Amino acid sequence: MTIARATPKLSFEEGGFLAFLGLLAILCFVVATKATDGPMAFHATLGVLASIAGFVLILRNNLAGFTAPPQIVDGKPNYNFGPIKFASIAAMFWGLAGFIVGLYIALELAFPLLNFDTAYINFGRLRPLHTSAVIFAFGGNVLLATSFYVVQRTCRARMPGSIAPWFVILGYNFFIVIAGTGYLLGVTQGKEYAEPEWYADLWLTIVWVAYLLLFLGTLWKRREPHIYVANWFYLAFIVTIAMLHIINNLAVPVSFFGTKSYEAFAGTQDAMVQWWYGHNAVGFFLTAGFLGIMYYFIPKRAERPVYSYRLSIIHFWSLIFLYIWAGPHHLHYTALPEWASTLGMTFSIMLWMPSWGGMINGLMTLSGAWDKLRTDPVLRIMVVSVAFYGMSTFEGPLMSIKQVNSLSHYTDWTIGHVHSGALGWVAYISFGALYCLIPWLWQRKLYSLKLVDWHFWISTIGIVFYISAMWVAGIMQGLMWRAYTPLGFLEYSFVETVQATHPYYIIRAIGGGLFLIGAIIMAINIYLTIRQGESEAHASAGLSLAPAE
Amino acid sequence: MTSNVWEKHSLLEKNSILLLVGILLVVAIGGLVEIVPLFYLKSTIETVDGMRPYTPLELAGRNIYVREGCYLCHSQMIRAIRDEVERYGHFSLSAESQYDHPFQWGSKRIGPDLARVGAKYSDDWHRQHLTDPRSVVPASVMPGYPFLGRTPLDTTLIADILKTNRIVGVPYTDDEIANARLDLEAQANPDSKGVDAFLKRYPKANVRTFGGDPKQITELDALVAYLQMLGTLVDFKAYDDKANLR
Repeated sequence: MTIARATPKLSFEEGGFLAFLGLLAILCFVVATKATDGPMAFHATLGVLASIAGFVLILRNNLAGFTAPPQIVDGKPNYNFGPIKFASIAAMFWGLAGFIVGLYIALELAFPLLNFDTAYINFGRLRPLHTSAVIFAFGGNVLLATSFYVVQRTCRARMPGSIAPWFVILGYNFFIVIAGTGYLLGVTQGKEYAEPEWYADLWLTIVWVAYLLLFLGTLWKRREPHIYVANWFYLAFIVTIAMLHIINNLAVPVSFFGTKSYEAFAGTQDAMVQWWYGHNAVGFFLTAGFLGIMYYFIPKRAERPVYSYRLSIIHFWSLIFLYIWAGPHHLHYTALPEWASTLGMTFSIMLWMPSWGGMINGLMTLSGAWDKLRTDPVLRIMVVSVAFYGMSTFEGPLMSIKQVNSLSHYTDWTIGHVHSGALGWVAYISFGALYCLIPWLWQRKLYSLKLVDWHFWISTIGIVFYISAMWVAGIMQGLMWRAYTPLGFLEYSFVETVQATHPYYIIRAIGGGLFLIGAIIMAINIYLTIRQGESEAHASAGLSLAPAE
Repeated sequence: MTSNVWEKHSLLEKNSILLLVGILLVVAIGGLVEIVPLFYLKSTIETVDGMRPYTPLELAGRNIYVREGCYLCHSQMIRAIRDEVERYGHFSLSAESQYDHPFQWGSKRIGPDLARVGAKYSDDWHRQHLTDPRSVVPASVMPGYPFLGRTPLDTTLIADILKTNRIVGVPYTDDEIANARLDLEAQANPDSKGVDAFLKRYPKANVRTFGGDPKQITELDALVAYLQMLGTLVDFKAYDDKANLR
């Protein structure tokens, strides 16, 4: 039976995206032909190809008679899981890529021969590739996937649009590709964690606004009176990242056909803006967003309600209020005026309280279900992640104290601190969320809990190697730099401290290698979960998942 | 009384726009208080003698410094701490990075601070060190950059680069922008005719080949020119730190 459709009608959404992608293709084409440098020509060409691909896909779907799927099936919300599935796979892929690059640059520091005297893979270019891959590509896709999942589930509503969710997910991953290839070609703004150049930043802004609108749109469609606490955190993350991203990346391009731009701010002001951004990339991207994950996935997996509703209110508002002040602790004893640095330190110390409030709220959610830690390695990964969160949010305020910072700043202690948060907290809560999410999305059982166990233990040993090597190395560097001989001369030349660090760089690389092995085990487990359970899924195909709340 | 507070919170929980506005207000405060005063408090940037914008060649070298991500291993910020001042020189002033778009203070010292590396080593040492670091510092973990010496410096956009810097606040004159390319070539060639005019625009700037071939300026020449001026502009004999108490 065929339905004749002589003139397929375009929906408003389809028409809008077709027009946008069409114009974008033309714009990118013009830029590509007039580009003043190779990387811009390359990126504009990618832009042309991607927008044409999007254009053709939308048109083809329309001609094939695509109609918007129903909002409700069998009385239950018909959640939109396609884009979420894509983002979860992308997260796994970028995670592996980011860990591999991280291991490689760790080895470069231990064995500089590995730079091979070449431009494309030297430490200075690979390091932003590593940080962006793990923070923005791995972490970002986890946040996109989980936020879209959580907001639909807790609002009991399908998210608005059919193309827009795909636009956000694919557009974000396109940003990652542009940023990452740019680093290898030497395209960078030279600001840590904000390396992508002006055109990539503009693109991300467009995608991010669409993300915010989709998130809000889902909240508006909710069939629950209250907005669930996880969504407060996601919303704060989305809005604040937009603010930080736009202000920190204000720049004037040398030419609209070239990659190079100059930052709007200079020197001290730029330093302050950068670390206001930089520390809140930690506070809102790597903390608020992932706390959203904690507030949904831990109660869900433990089958217990969140420990304290009031604590979550206090936790939320005090955390987002205090975090934004913490940036200047990256600039103690520098040319930043002391009042600013003192403010940064004061608020960083206060930040300890809401951080631990959140940790307590997460951990105590397990009360009455602690026995599950023995039997459920997925829950164990998430609980250990909250413990790591508590540890690094204690260490952070400690390091923000000026006297401690005078020793720790510029050393590998900072790298150790970052990784106890990044590996222990962010990556672990992400792994836990993906171990939950992927079986839910594909409606099948996780292939092997035994493998999760292996993943957990191998990675945890890896983290311990990593952070203890960096603690020892960092404190050693700080002490050696300030060591004096009895006659009052500086005791060590700089290069002697580099030499002394060599064994720790090797231990760190071993730790990173173990962490990577754990992630490979996870990828295999995820792959087998999706593949092996295929026949099982056919039986239940067509059924929508039961609402969560 | 207290229960009212919790009840009132449900207002935010039931209205996404209120929640959004609340979040925006709460996260705006810290930034406003810490960032905005830095733009109007005169004490943020000290008054010093000797600071000038980068010459075109130095700026081109700085672009390479940024491109290669040098800031990821080298700081350019000597803190006001005894051992740092003894190791690297006078602590860095805010004035010294006032033309740096973006700032390159860095956050990690895998290698030493470079804020005052200028004039500490010879041009030849820098060239050798950048090309093959371990030939001069055996325990160094720095990558080698032999390709810089093989790559001619792209100078086509140099005037536009100065112009863009002026838009964001660096006080380049029309004269300096119009002569950007000539100045760039003159600085690397002491025998050229343009040297006098160049030195009039950028007094006391280094004019020499930086160890390279003046007929073919490479990226290495520009980077060395940049490194050799780092931290050398401010005359600390004439600098009165009491005048800048803040």
